[in-house]
Amino acid sequence: QAVTVEVLDRLEQLALVDFRDAEGVERLREAIRFADQLREVDTEGVEPMDSVLEDRCLYLREDDVTEGNCTNELLKNAREKVEEYFVAPPGNIPLPKLEERETFLKGS
Amino acid sequence: GVWRFQVSAALKEGRVGPRELCQRCLARIKSSGVLNAYISVAEETALKQAEESEKRYKRGQPLGVLDGIPVAVKDNFSTAGIETTCASNMLKGYISPYNATVVQKLLDQGAVLLGKTNLDEFAMGSGSTDGVFGPVRNPWSYSRQYKEKSVPKSHSEDEECNWVITGGSSGGSAAAVASFTCFAALGSDTGGSTRNPAAHCGVVGLKPTYGLISRHGLIPLVNSMDVPGILTRCVDDAAVVLGSLAGHDPKDSTTIQDNFKPFELPDSPDVSKLSIGIPKEYQAPGLSSEILALWSKAADLFKNAGAKVTEVSLPHTRYSIVCYHVLCTAEVASNMARFDGLEYGHRSEMNKSTESMYAATRREGFNDVVRGRILSGNYFLLKQNYEKYFIKAQKVRRLIANDFLKVFGSGVDILLTPTTLSDAVPHAEFIKEDNRTRSAQDDILTQAANMAGLPAINVPTALSERGLPIGLQFIGRSFQEKQLLTVAKWFEKQVKFPMIQLEEVKWHSHDVFQHQKSASFS
Repeated sequence: QAVTVEVLDRLEQLALVDFRDAEGVERLREAIRFADQLREVDTEGVEPMDSVLEDRCLYLREDDVTEGNCTNELLKNAREKVEEYFVAPPGNIPLPKLEERETFLKGS
Repeated sequence: GVWRFQVSAALKEGRVGPRELCQRCLARIKSSGVLNAYISVAEETALKQAEESEKRYKRGQPLGVLDGIPVAVKDNFSTAGIETTCASNMLKGYISPYNATVVQKLLDQGAVLLGKTNLDEFAMGSGSTDGVFGPVRNPWSYSRQYKEKSVPKSHSEDEECNWVITGGSSGGSAAAVASFTCFAALGSDTGGSTRNPAAHCGVVGLKPTYGLISRHGLIPLVNSMDVPGILTRCVDDAAVVLGSLAGHDPKDSTTIQDNFKPFELPDSPDVSKLSIGIPKEYQAPGLSSEILALWSKAADLFKNAGAKVTEVSLPHTRYSIVCYHVLCTAEVASNMARFDGLEYGHRSEMNKSTESMYAATRREGFNDVVRGRILSGNYFLLKQNYEKYFIKAQKVRRLIANDFLKVFGSGVDILLTPTTLSDAVPHAEFIKEDNRTRSAQDDILTQAANMAGLPAINVPTALSERGLPIGLQFIGRSFQEKQLLTVAKWFEKQVKFPMIQLEEVKWHSHDVFQHQKSASFS
């Protein structure tokens, strides 16, 4: 299977990390080759396993407020804030298309 | 209770005070700085904790066995007021507002937290070489045992070229325990990250059953496989630490609700009624002949003690690492999504849009290994790939878990396997292959226990021809830690693993450390 530039571009957008260089892309190709070995295993009639604790019920606590009021503590670690708000750059602006982005993939 | 413990007894009897113990450990951390085992040393708070402990001992009211005992914690556990970096630029300067549950439990017992130990960035790796603070050096690189076996070169050239890795990703914790800077350390174990460095550093590394110990505050890698790991110099100590950490945590709903009873191990464990399984698939390609021979000798030890020793089969073993690779990268892709620079951690200067800020932040904050796993994970989770890779891997996971169930169901109590394929390699050699390749090679013997959620422990067994530690692994049934540790303790007594003879760091001759095979606290 060819891992096309379209797929690579899509991955960069989904993951919001970049491939950086040819090595990064090759690493993905190798990871896929490695994972393809799974095809050798016969999993007919086998249910996927989400968790080794699937036979137990998760603990659910009562829906009561037991802690909180730690706004200052939580804000301490943010770089940009105003009063009690985390400040983000403008949203609803999609990541630039491949041609306009600073990405190694542009050359491909 | 019966106080049969060494350092703890010394503390209780007043032969040494917590403050002095703490100071000695801090001094030792400084003098063994070349190991790069610690990222942060919390000198002030540690001394304060030690003073509080000293007051309690003077009043005759210590909190328990761990009161006053210096410990270290891997830097992917949240510690209030002390930086938690995960050895990544993404979290440099991050100070958590809360303690991980396991950290809180240690502090509540009076343990003295010396500092945070070094690791591979975000616990991804099997060498503890890929963190932003540099690699950790195996203390055995500086041991007489290793130096005696090295090809003689000029003295300074020797140490700089020949130092060996700790294994990973909890290499800092393993090195910290092995070099006597602390009496116990916390690591984490997702694919072998506690047992692997334990084997290379000659210490006990316990991976508890998934769901036994709280993960609240452990910065997650793979939610369905991560567990906090325990590193100590002897099995009894591991049992003590386990006893103080295990149990349901309302803040981690993946911890089981069964009542956990801390246990003491018998003084003279008996293995004659046990059935030990030797999984043939663990004779993996690349397994050194040395370790193979040791494994065989170990099996004989059990046979001679009257245990039933049989060869068993875990047929899907060789797919475990592939399965892990897919599930791990998929969960990592999800878990690393929280690092966007908005609420904590590194934030890029870029501010044209949230998307571009996130992308730039992550570009700047994560190393190649982390980015690689995120990208692979996202690939496997694409709609067109989901069934073929992620769901498929989940099915294979069930087959692997069933392999173990079948073997344990047939009457086998404990499995005995090697922990690593070889002894620790020199750093110069290790970095010739990339992280993913290395992890795939090195995790092969430890990884399946994480797939199935089973408890497993590395017990240091003997020194290799190069004078470096080799450990063997025991894998037990779910939540049967008592049986697992009992067998491990018996084995430990049989093999009498030698104490490291460190030349760089001067011993302080003190009756706390005298007459001890392995300066332990229990």
